[in-house]
Amino acid sequence: MVNLEVKLKDLILKNPVMTASGTFGYGEEFEDFIDISQLGGILVKGTTRHHREGNPYPRMAETPSGMLNAVGLQNKGVEYFCDKIYPRINHYDTNILVNVSGSVIEDYVETAAIINNLDKIPAIELNISCPNVKEGGMAFGTSCSSAASVVRAVRKVYKKHLMVKLSPNVTDITEIAKAVEAEGADSVSLINTLLGMAIDAETRKPLLSTVTGGLSGPCVKPVALRMVWQVFNAVNIPIVGLGGIMNAKDAIEFILAGASAIQIGTANFIDPQVTVKVVEGIKEYMIRHQVENVTDLIGAIKTQ
Amino acid sequence: MKKLVQDFKVLHKKELNDGTFVIDVKASTPLPDIKPGQFVNVLVENANNTFLRRPLSIHFVDYEENIIKLYIKKIGEGTTKLGDLTIGDKLNIVFPLGNQYSIPKNSKTLLIGGGCGVAPLLYLAKYLKDAGNEVTTILGVRSAYDAVELDPYKEYGRIFVTTEDGSVGEKGYPTQHSILNEKFDYAFTCGPEPMMKAVAAYSRSKNITCEVSLENTMACGFGACLCCVTDTKRGNICTCTEGPVFNINELKW
Repeated sequence: MVNLEVKLKDLILKNPVMTASGTFGYGEEFEDFIDISQLGGILVKGTTRHHREGNPYPRMAETPSGMLNAVGLQNKGVEYFCDKIYPRINHYDTNILVNVSGSVIEDYVETAAIINNLDKIPAIELNISCPNVKEGGMAFGTSCSSAASVVRAVRKVYKKHLMVKLSPNVTDITEIAKAVEAEGADSVSLINTLLGMAIDAETRKPLLSTVTGGLSGPCVKPVALRMVWQVFNAVNIPIVGLGGIMNAKDAIEFILAGASAIQIGTANFIDPQVTVKVVEGIKEYMIRHQVENVTDLIGAIKTQ
Repeated sequence: MKKLVQDFKVLHKKELNDGTFVIDVKASTPLPDIKPGQFVNVLVENANNTFLRRPLSIHFVDYEENIIKLYIKKIGEGTTKLGDLTIGDKLNIVFPLGNQYSIPKNSKTLLIGGGCGVAPLLYLAKYLKDAGNEVTTILGVRSAYDAVELDPYKEYGRIFVTTEDGSVGEKGYPTQHSILNEKFDYAFTCGPEPMMKAVAAYSRSKNITCEVSLENTMACGFGACLCCVTDTKRGNICTCTEGPVFNINELKW
């Protein structure tokens, strides 16, 4: 028997496979396709203090081996989540994490404090890739000081596991990782989408209403893998790796690079059953390589 | 209704002209109940620049043989690759997706399709006839060359054609056809947005119920990605789950 259990500090996952926020709805969308209790955890849609209508259509453009999105955090706000959605999903026998987003620090703090009261939510994932409205719209996650300030503020009110999702749109992701670790983050997840753009040459128009958007899918995997490896060598807190994972082989690569757990995102759109297939594939890999505990693979890349 | 992800086998392919084909795909197990207006999301394999599935209207369903017919126009790499499929090839499909056209009873119904927007109308025509409705279909195409596969509609009611060059049927757009002088109770349409907007305007002028099928670009097809939203009176809502069929009164048209 292989042991797939991993611990992100105090947060125990039955296996390292989680879903990426914004690609898995609230889990309900996938109930027809998979048994959600087979997953290590699910990250529900980005949740903000207040209702957000999101960006205008078109919000998505297909690109080679990936896609750009500019959904713009469409959601009905944290109170709607607590009142309407949480009661429908809190029976899932898996870790349900809420991805928390905001445009000012106060919004993050209030949202995190409200979610802190939900028994069946053992952790939040702080999305610091959002534009900081008070600081000219630059993303919180792109400077050490603003990343630190939002994590510091949320840490004061949020008592459970605090995962911070890092933006790859930075010069040195290890500096941001160290900054959020110093403020008390329990884990980091990376990478969020890479800022990109697509143009229709015939019409000379951008393909997204917002012109630029977030790139995801297998095209970002090498970048994500490199960043997980760099961060693994820079911090002591656990890492959750994501970026273009399409199958178990990709997931294993992230774990070897230093991830304790992984998230599957865009692949859910192409194969709604991919997550459970990855769990099975990791087991198969472990049996084939005679690995007893999946934790033995974390950072086990052979560099010499 | 439970959504499935399943492998189908290509059973038959009929080229209608060099840009359009109908493909019959067969499931190995009984099909679930599929409603007119619903769609499938198909996986295109071995296409370098086609990362996402391709959403396609359901043209017809044969429950006895477990066959879904898809009416496809080759537009980009994805649909062109689908055109390369041959008998016996596998096609992975997520289905049935989306809502459906309303099915009134004992009414006079008008179906208007433009180009490959005709795809969902044949199955709708069958449903409407089965519910005791009178079915009149108008297909709008560029020329006689595109006026293909009309016979199946005759089983369910009247079929008329308009061509832009007048080479067959009445010259003009389907919303200019003389049959529109008759009185109808419902209008159902699918096709290019300008045509559907013209159908909506016609329906408003006659004060009849009108439903349109939207074709926004989408990733998942089942409400997870929030990419295919349409701006409605209720705000941004997913075309894939709340649509693709909308009553025009829900839209900001």
